[in-house]
Amino acid sequence: MLEFYLNDQLVRPTQPAGSTLLDFIRYQQHLTGTKIGCREGDCGACTVLVGELQPDEQTVRYQSMTSCLTPLGNAHGRHIVTVEGIGPTEARNLTPVQQTIVAEGGTQCGFCTPGFVMSLTGHCLGGAASAEATRAAIDGNICRCTGYKSLERAADKLAAQLLERDAAPARLEWLIAQGFVPGYFAHMPAKLAQLRAATAADVAAQTGGRTPDAAELPASWLLGGGTDLLVQRPDEVLAAEVNLLYGHATRCYVRELPNGQVALGGATTVEDLRRSELMQRHFPQLARHLKLVSSTPIRNMATVAGNFVNASPIGDLTIFFLALGTELMLQDAAGQQRTLPLRQLYRGYKQLDRRPDEQIAEIRFSPPAAGEVFNFEKVSKRTHLDIASVNSAARLRVASGVVQAAHLSAGGVGPTPLYLGQASAYLIGKELTSDTLRGLNEVAQQEISPISDARGAAEYKRLLLRQLLYAHFMEHFPQHVSLAALV
Amino acid sequence: MHNLDAAGHVRGESQYLDDIPVQRGTLHAAVYASPLAHGKLNGLRLEAALAAPGVVRILTAADIPGENQIGGIVPDEPLLAEGHVHFRGQPVALVLAETEPQARAAAKLIEADIEPLPVITDPRVAHAQGELIVPPRTFRLGAPAAAWAQCAHIIEGTAESGGQEHLYIETQGAYAYPTEQGGVRVHSSTQGPTAAQRHGARVLGIGMHRIEVDVVRLGGGFGGKEDQATPWAVLAALGAYLLRKPVKLVLPRHDDLRMTGKRHPYSSDYKLGLSADLKLLAYEVTFYQNAGAAADLSPAVLERTLFHSTNTYFIPNVQATAYSCRTNLPPNTAFRGFGGPQGMFVIESAIAKAAEKLGVSASEIQRRNLLQEGDTFPFGQPAELCNAHACWQRAEQAFDLGSWQQEVDAFNQSSTLHKRGLAIMPICFGISFTKTAMNQARALVHIYTDGSVGISTGAVEMGQGVNTKMVEVAARTLGIRSNRIRIETTNTTRVANTSPSAASATADLNGKAVQLACEQLRKRLLALAADELCIAEEGLEICDERVLTAGHPVESDWEKLVAAAYWKRINLSEHAHYATPDVWFDQKTESGYPFAYHVYGTAAVQATVDVLRGTYVLDAVRLVHDFGQSMAPGIDRGQVEGGLVQGLGWMTMEELLYDEQGRLLSNTLSTYKVPDLYSVPADVQIEFLETEGHPRAILRSKAVGEPPLMYGIGGYFAVRNAIRAARPDVAPAFSAPITPEKVLMALCAPRPEAAPSTVPTAAVAPNAASA
Repeated sequence: MLEFYLNDQLVRPTQPAGSTLLDFIRYQQHLTGTKIGCREGDCGACTVLVGELQPDEQTVRYQSMTSCLTPLGNAHGRHIVTVEGIGPTEARNLTPVQQTIVAEGGTQCGFCTPGFVMSLTGHCLGGAASAEATRAAIDGNICRCTGYKSLERAADKLAAQLLERDAAPARLEWLIAQGFVPGYFAHMPAKLAQLRAATAADVAAQTGGRTPDAAELPASWLLGGGTDLLVQRPDEVLAAEVNLLYGHATRCYVRELPNGQVALGGATTVEDLRRSELMQRHFPQLARHLKLVSSTPIRNMATVAGNFVNASPIGDLTIFFLALGTELMLQDAAGQQRTLPLRQLYRGYKQLDRRPDEQIAEIRFSPPAAGEVFNFEKVSKRTHLDIASVNSAARLRVASGVVQAAHLSAGGVGPTPLYLGQASAYLIGKELTSDTLRGLNEVAQQEISPISDARGAAEYKRLLLRQLLYAHFMEHFPQHVSLAALV
Repeated sequence: MHNLDAAGHVRGESQYLDDIPVQRGTLHAAVYASPLAHGKLNGLRLEAALAAPGVVRILTAADIPGENQIGGIVPDEPLLAEGHVHFRGQPVALVLAETEPQARAAAKLIEADIEPLPVITDPRVAHAQGELIVPPRTFRLGAPAAAWAQCAHIIEGTAESGGQEHLYIETQGAYAYPTEQGGVRVHSSTQGPTAAQRHGARVLGIGMHRIEVDVVRLGGGFGGKEDQATPWAVLAALGAYLLRKPVKLVLPRHDDLRMTGKRHPYSSDYKLGLSADLKLLAYEVTFYQNAGAAADLSPAVLERTLFHSTNTYFIPNVQATAYSCRTNLPPNTAFRGFGGPQGMFVIESAIAKAAEKLGVSASEIQRRNLLQEGDTFPFGQPAELCNAHACWQRAEQAFDLGSWQQEVDAFNQSSTLHKRGLAIMPICFGISFTKTAMNQARALVHIYTDGSVGISTGAVEMGQGVNTKMVEVAARTLGIRSNRIRIETTNTTRVANTSPSAASATADLNGKAVQLACEQLRKRLLALAADELCIAEEGLEICDERVLTAGHPVESDWEKLVAAAYWKRINLSEHAHYATPDVWFDQKTESGYPFAYHVYGTAAVQATVDVLRGTYVLDAVRLVHDFGQSMAPGIDRGQVEGGLVQGLGWMTMEELLYDEQGRLLSNTLSTYKVPDLYSVPADVQIEFLETEGHPRAILRSKAVGEPPLMYGIGGYFAVRNAIRAARPDVAPAFSAPITPEKVLMALCAPRPEAAPSTVPTAAVAPNAASA
C-alpha cells in the first residue's frame, strides 16, 4: 500500500504509482501553492521537498525535487513537504526564507516563488552555509520576472544566517526555534521509522520474510528518477504497471572494490555521485563538471543507470563514464548476471544490447590512476541547466610528451553516445603536438555523423567537437599545445 | 514599500487562474489545433474523439452563435478555423470532457482533412509576394534623398533580430461559467479584460453587458497575454454559454508554446550617412516585420518600431519604412518593448558598422549624436525634459567608462584564450499608447464607514507591482495608512471599457484616475470638516490619518470624519476618469505628439568570450536609469533588473526556431532557453538619475515596465566586440540572438590568408563586408 506523509498528514493515495506527485498534490489534496509551469523539470515552479529517513533512523534528509517528474510511487515512506507545510510556524508568520525573499524584492508575479521558497528551505535544512552553495540550491528555479539579482541577495543573506545554524548544538532544533520549519518536523524521524517498519512487515507477509530481489519484480517498467521518461512519455508511464527503482536505499552507493575499482549501485543518483568523497578524491574537478549537468532538483532525482539506459545521444553522464572504461552488471528476471562494457550497450538510436527484463544492478570502473588525467567538456546554448550541443570526455596518460593511453568520448555527434575508438587509438604512442591534435581531429571527424537540430547545425557540431577535443589537452597539457598553433 | 502581494506569494497563497476552486460539474477543455501551417480545411473527422471516454461535446466553427472573429485591429482572425488553416497550432476544435486528461486524449483522435498550400515563414518572401497585413508606413524627417550628398561616410547593411517567447511561467488559461439570464462570467489570465469581453460578446452574439471578465492576477504576462489571452477566454466562454456548464481551459506548456504568437522577428535594411566629424546626417531604414498569419497587434507594433527607429539620437534626415508581412506562423504579438527594441537594434547595428569602417569606437558616434532638448523625433514631437545627455554623463562619471575600456583593452592584450568586449547602450522610450484613444482610464474608489478603502481600476497585476503603486497613490492622496486600502480584482463590471495593462502606461493612467477620485473624496471630507469645526477649508489637510489645520491637529481624525460623512449623507464613493492631456497623432501626415514623455537611460555591458569554446559570460551591466521621482524604488529597481535580463536573454540565448514547414522546433523548455540564475551578470549596478521627474507621470514617478529591456541590446554588442577583439578581421553579421554557435562560427571563420599562426593584433582591420 502506498503511504507517505504530506506535510503533517499521513496520506494513502489510490492513484497509479506512475502518476505524478504534482497532480496528487494540486488536484487530489488541493494544495495549490505548488505550481505547474512546464511539466518537464525545467522551471522548478513545482518544487517540493522529499524527506527520506536515514539509516540511523534518527534523521531525515530533505532534498528538493520537481514534483512534475516525481512518480507518486516514489513518495512511498517519505515526507513530502509543500509550501503549505512550512508555515506559519509557532515562531512567526513568515519563515526566515520567506521574509528574506520579501525584504529583497525577490518576488514579482509570484508564480515561481513557492518553488524558490522550497528550494531554499531545503537548503537551510541540510545545505552548506556558503553563498555559493545557497545560490546553487535555486539553480533549478526559473524566474521570468526578477532577473534573479534580488533572489541572489536573498540567498546570500540566508547563507549568513546558516552560519549560526552550524554553530548551534542541534541543527533541527535551531531551525525549528528560528521558524524555518514548524515543530512537527521534530517528530518526522519516528513517524517515518514507523512507516518503514510497516512496509517491512507488509513485504514480509507477502514474501515470507525475504526481502524481494529486484529480479522478482514483474518485468514491466522499471523507473529510476523518471527525469526523462516522464518528460518523453508521461501518458505511457501513467498507464503502465510501474516498479520504482529509486529510493531502494540499499542500491544507492558509491564504494571502492578490493581491486581498486569504484562500484556504483544501480539506483545511485547524480547527487549521490556529486557528494561522494571517493568520487571527489578520484575526480578533483567533479563539482565543476557536475555543475554542468542539469540542476539541483534533477540531480537529486536522476540516476546514473537511468542516464545510460535512456540512451540519449547527448547524455552527460554517459559521455563521462564512456571515457572511463565503465562496465555494467546486468541482471535479468531469473537473477542471472552478465557483464557488459558500457561502450557495447548502444546499437543504434535508443537501441540497447539489453533484454527487456535486464536491469543495471551495478556500475564499475577503474578510476584514473596516478599519472592519468580526466576531463569533461560540455557546451550548450545556456551554460547551466541545458542539454549539450556537444559534450566530450577524455581520460589520458601522457609521459615525456608522448601519449601512453587515451580514451575519448563524444555526445551529440551521432545517433548514440560515442566512444571515439579510432581517435583514441590514433593517439597512442604519438608525441603530443599541435600536429598530432589536428590529426586526431581528422580521425574523430570520420567517426561522427552529427545532424542539424535545435541544438545546432551539423557543421557547428563538427567544429565544436574539434574545439572540445582540443580543450581536453589545453586544460591538462597547455605546455604542449596552444590555441594559436591549433586554429 | 515592498510589493504588497509578496507575503501571499511566498506563502503560496496568492490565487492564479488554475487555483480557483472548480465548481460542481465543471468540464475541461482541450484544443485541437491545425497540424499544418497552411491549407484548405475540407473537413474534420470527429467520430473517434466523440466516442472517447468522458467526452461531452466537440465545438467547431459551425457552433459559433455570433461572429467567428477575434481580430482586434484587423478582422482577420477566426476563433476556430473555417475553410482554411493559416498556421500550425491554429485552433480548429474544442473538446469538452469530464477531465482534462480525457479531453486531451480525445483531441488526439481528431483528424482534419487539409489540402496543403505553400508555406511562407520568411517576411521578405511574404513581402515579395505582396502578403502584407496592412499598407506600409513611412516616417520622414528632413530631406534624406538630398542629404546623402553631404555625407562624408555612407554605411549600408542588413540586421536581423529573432523572435522571443514570453515564457510567462503561468500558461494561458480561462475558467468560464454561466450566470443568470444567459450571461457568462469569465476568469481569465489576461492583460486585457475588455478585449476578452468584447470579443466574447462578438463570438457569442450577445451584448458586452452579459459577459463579465474578472482577473485576480497573472503569473507573468510581458505582452503575451494582451491580445493572445483572448482566444482561450472566448473558447471557455463559448463552451460555458452553449452547454450552460462551467468550462475550464488551461493550456499545457507545449500547446502554449506552439499555439501562441511571440515577439516579432525583423529583417531590416539600413543606410546611414555621417559627416566627417561623426554626426549622423541621414538614415534610411526598411523594416520587414514577420507578423505571422493574422494581424493581432502587429500594425501597432510596427508603428512603435518606426517611433523608435532612431533610438535616442538626433538625425536630421530620416526615412523609415515598415512592412508588416503575413507568414504562416502563429500571429506574433506584443512583447515588452512592443517593436521598439527591434527598431533600436537596427540603428545600433548601423552605428557599430560605421564605427568598424571608420576605425572609431561606436560609443564615440553614440555620444556625439544624443538627443538634445528641443530636437525633433522623426514624427514631429520635440524632445522635452530630455535626459539623454544627463544619463550618459552620469554613467561616464559613475562607472568611469574611459578607464573601463582601457582595462578591457589591457586584458585583451594579455589574454589569448579569453577576450572581452564592452558596449554602451543608451535608450529612449516613449510613454503612452501610440493609439491616442487608448490613453484613458477610470478608477472606482469606495470609502467604507469604518474608514477602510476599496479601489477598482482597469490595471491588471502581473508582477509589475501596479497594485502596490495604486495603494501608494491613494494613501498619499487621502493621507491615510496603506493597510486600510485594498485593491480589488480587475473586473469589467466595476470598471468598464479599459485599455489593456500594457505600454508601460498602466500605473500612470490608472494611478492618475485613482488620484483624481481620491482628490474628490478628500475635498468632500475636508469641506465637511471645515463645516463641522467652523474653520476655514483653506489650510485643512489629512495627514497620517489626522486632520490638520495649518499643520496643527484639530478635533477629528480619518475614522471620525468618514463616519460623520456617512451620517450627513455625503457620497463616500467616487468614480474618476483620466485622459492623458496633449497627446495626439495624425496617421495621414505621420506626425504628432504621441507620447506623454520619454524615459532615458544609459547602460554599459561587458562580456568575456571563451575563444576556444565559443561560449561567453556577461560579466557586468552598469546603468543609469531615468526613474523620475520613483514612488517605489524597490519595485522600480526590480523592473529594471528583470527587464534588463529579459533583454539580455532575447539578444543572447533565446532562439526561436521554425522549420520551413512552419513547425516550431524550440517547442519545449529544454530547447528554448531563457536566462537562469547563472547566466545573469554577476555585477549589476543601477544608478537612479537625479531629476525632478515628469509632471505627466504619476507622482512624477516615470513608467518603468518596458524601457529597461532595451539595455539588453548592449549584451549583443558586448559579445560581438569581444569576438572582434579575437578576430578583428571578422565582421559577424548583425543577427540576434548571438548564440554560442554563432560566436564559434565567427571565431573560427576562415582566415583571409592560409594558416596564419600568430595571435591577431588589435590593429583596426579593413572593413569586411557583413551580410
